[in-house]
Amino acid sequence: MIRIIPMLIFFICSSTGGEIAMTYGMKRVGEPESFRPMALLRFLGKAMTNGRVWLALPLLAASFYSLLILLSWAPISLVIPASASNYVVGTLGAKYLLKEDVTAKRWMGVLLVCAGVVLVLITG
Amino acid sequence: MSHEHRLRLKTLIMVLLMVVCANTGDLMLKRGMSQIGEVTISFSGLLQALVSTIHNGTIWIGILFLIGFTLSYMTAVSWADYSYVMPAGAFGYAIQTTLAVVVLHEVVTPRRWIGVAMICVGVLLVGQTKPNTTDPNSGLGSDQVSP
Repeated sequence: MIRIIPMLIFFICSSTGGEIAMTYGMKRVGEPESFRPMALLRFLGKAMTNGRVWLALPLLAASFYSLLILLSWAPISLVIPASASNYVVGTLGAKYLLKEDVTAKRWMGVLLVCAGVVLVLITG
Repeated sequence: MSHEHRLRLKTLIMVLLMVVCANTGDLMLKRGMSQIGEVTISFSGLLQALVSTIHNGTIWIGILFLIGFTLSYMTAVSWADYSYVMPAGAFGYAIQTTLAVVVLHEVVTPRRWIGVAMICVGVLLVGQTKPNTTDPNSGLGSDQVSP
């Protein structure tokens, strides 16, 4: 458990950081004009010129790699439920970085996820 | 068959596909990593693990299933409400734990089951809130969507 918790924290931070950077970047890029192949290629090209997207890609790659490391160390019945902590960090990031309104109901959900993750981890 | 029935049926099929792809993908990743063995945290250990994962077919099958999950998820939310599709993500934690017991023969204690149930309810509550709370023209802000 000593090595699992720091790796889990790394996984959560890199995946949430990557998702927030990707959201921020893609909001700047905007929607594709259409779903035709050429329009999608132009959209991809535009996304690739955005710095936030380039920040997101290594973070998401690091999160996937850390998930693989976690799966090599611990049972999947511990790793996957514990990865739900994403919702907690994601909600904090959404509130403070993306300036979204977070309702009481959502905070309640986040608290339940926290409690559930703690229960899952202490049985590991 | 009415338009509403057809819509319900194709959403149900897409949600089932999402659940199958996500859970099979994660199971394949676990199986692949079990074949590779424990990763050691050192420069050579991480490099060796990276090379092993690139050469492991089971990991690639897992990645393909996870791509399948992303595509079916994107397709489902293109016509169905996020709040309708989202519970599949919440119950995925319970299904994954059940599969871990049945397929991988992992031991799950009652306390861990309670934890998984709390996570499912928590994720369900998060998903039932408004999916967009900011001005879309501000350049920032709808909720991030986690599977």
